[in-house]
Amino acid sequence: MAELGRAVKSTNAWACYDCGKCTATCPLSRSGASYSPRRHVLAANLGQQQEIVLDGSVYRCLTCGLCDERCPTQVNYVQLVQMLRELTYGAGHEPDCPHGGALQSVMRMMAMGGTQQGRLGWLSDSLETDPAKGEVFYWTGCSMYYDAFFPDLDGASANASRAAIKLLNLLGITPVVSPNERCCGHDLLWNGDRKSFESLAKFNVQLVAESGAKTLVTSCAECYRTWKIDYAPYFKGAGAAPRILHLSEFLAQQAEYAEHMDQLKPKASALRKVTFQDPCRLGRHMGVYDPPRELLSAVPGIEIVEMRHHRASATCCAGGTWTNCDRYAKQIQVGRLREARETGAEVLVTACPKCRIHFACAMKDPNLASEIVLPMKDLAEVLAEALV
Amino acid sequence: MNAVTTDVTRAPARSEAEWNPDLIVFACNWCSYAGADVAGVSRLQHQPHFRIIRVMCSGRIHPGFVLRAFEQGADGVLVSGCHFGDCHYTFGNHRAAEQFEKTRRVVRLLGLEEERLRLEWISAAEGARFAEIINGFTDQVRRLGPSPFSSQGKAA
Repeated sequence: MAELGRAVKSTNAWACYDCGKCTATCPLSRSGASYSPRRHVLAANLGQQQEIVLDGSVYRCLTCGLCDERCPTQVNYVQLVQMLRELTYGAGHEPDCPHGGALQSVMRMMAMGGTQQGRLGWLSDSLETDPAKGEVFYWTGCSMYYDAFFPDLDGASANASRAAIKLLNLLGITPVVSPNERCCGHDLLWNGDRKSFESLAKFNVQLVAESGAKTLVTSCAECYRTWKIDYAPYFKGAGAAPRILHLSEFLAQQAEYAEHMDQLKPKASALRKVTFQDPCRLGRHMGVYDPPRELLSAVPGIEIVEMRHHRASATCCAGGTWTNCDRYAKQIQVGRLREARETGAEVLVTACPKCRIHFACAMKDPNLASEIVLPMKDLAEVLAEALV
Repeated sequence: MNAVTTDVTRAPARSEAEWNPDLIVFACNWCSYAGADVAGVSRLQHQPHFRIIRVMCSGRIHPGFVLRAFEQGADGVLVSGCHFGDCHYTFGNHRAAEQFEKTRRVVRLLGLEEERLRLEWISAAEGARFAEIINGFTDQVRRLGPSPFSSQGKAA
């Protein structure tokens, strides 16, 4: 109860005046799911912990944060959901994990540690990296695990990581890419498993502190949010926290990068029209909307055509925390891909491996395939390919 | 009445101090599980350090099952199903092979020894083969020692 009370206070839930904008804007609710953020806020305000926990419905939230954008009283519903999930998980209710819980198991094994992961097989010889020490730490995230699980993607996630390192190398940076990196714990935290998350957070903070890196750059929107917001309490005692930047922010901030941009030699097959999918973690959670767009439009010949819902209104890929995959999620994905197709863009660019995984899955629908298929690329890939 | 007792005394002798692995065996209802049954009915001796989990088809054995077993501390996992061409559901075992490949890739990434994981096709008639595979796999995992994710492995 005390925890619920704290959650209500810290997320501003008490300020709710029951207008229902959250439920009206919720992509799940709009797709016909019987899901209501408002009901959770009200139940939390009334201290109805049992009702929230027993029904387990908090696991259905996409945590996309669209409701928070619309809320007139600044209730941080997404944060409330994170806390409610901890209570629910603590009471013994686990989410129905899509992919048979395989990804959660992998993350928990990483939290236990004790093995030397073989996670750097995707690094190619042409990339300059350091396994231990350096100024800039490139945080890879779990891209290699995703590639192993989703062979249909043809190693797309590792491609994005390689492209990111190539970009850093072009700027004269030899990033630290550690073989000892562990999952950032994003999904476990959002599944309510604070204990496993904590051991991952402590380990990773220590790992980066030992590398001596002053800056941590990642191309994964989820790792970015986790490092910047959810790791904050764990930096105490581990030395000064590094500067944490998403690759797009880092590149946009690099003065040197402008020089490189001047020397761009786009390939003959260079893209012309692209559209950008704002990952929920990068956009609404962290407010990074401009850097990816600046970078894309700095590439000669590329024109960004926005989807109907973009920036703060962008539709989520509906699979954020490996807790929700159902017909409503599919409907949201299909709707989003239709929007992307309507723009006439050649490529859908995103900055989160999960957006790509979930959209790629939606595209496999044999009833719709030709209507919603669109090539996808990571932001880093588009940029690296443009720098011939 | 003594038949069972006699059989147990004929089981391969092992010292008390020796460490025995905890193994999980996934077996399909139509072939491998029946193969295990044949091994039992034929009174074939094999090492007993495994729990068998029956599934309707090996195609059901998602990477999540195997990884969960490792997460919970299994020292080794054996996935078994019908031989190709024998699947009760025509193509389930091909699906199992695909799933197994995914699992193997993840196990490799995690840094677990690949020898802790095995895929075998065992038909309903192959009781002897079942016993042989169990013995071979148990010895193989015993040589590796406790899994780093088992309670013993974590303590070490």
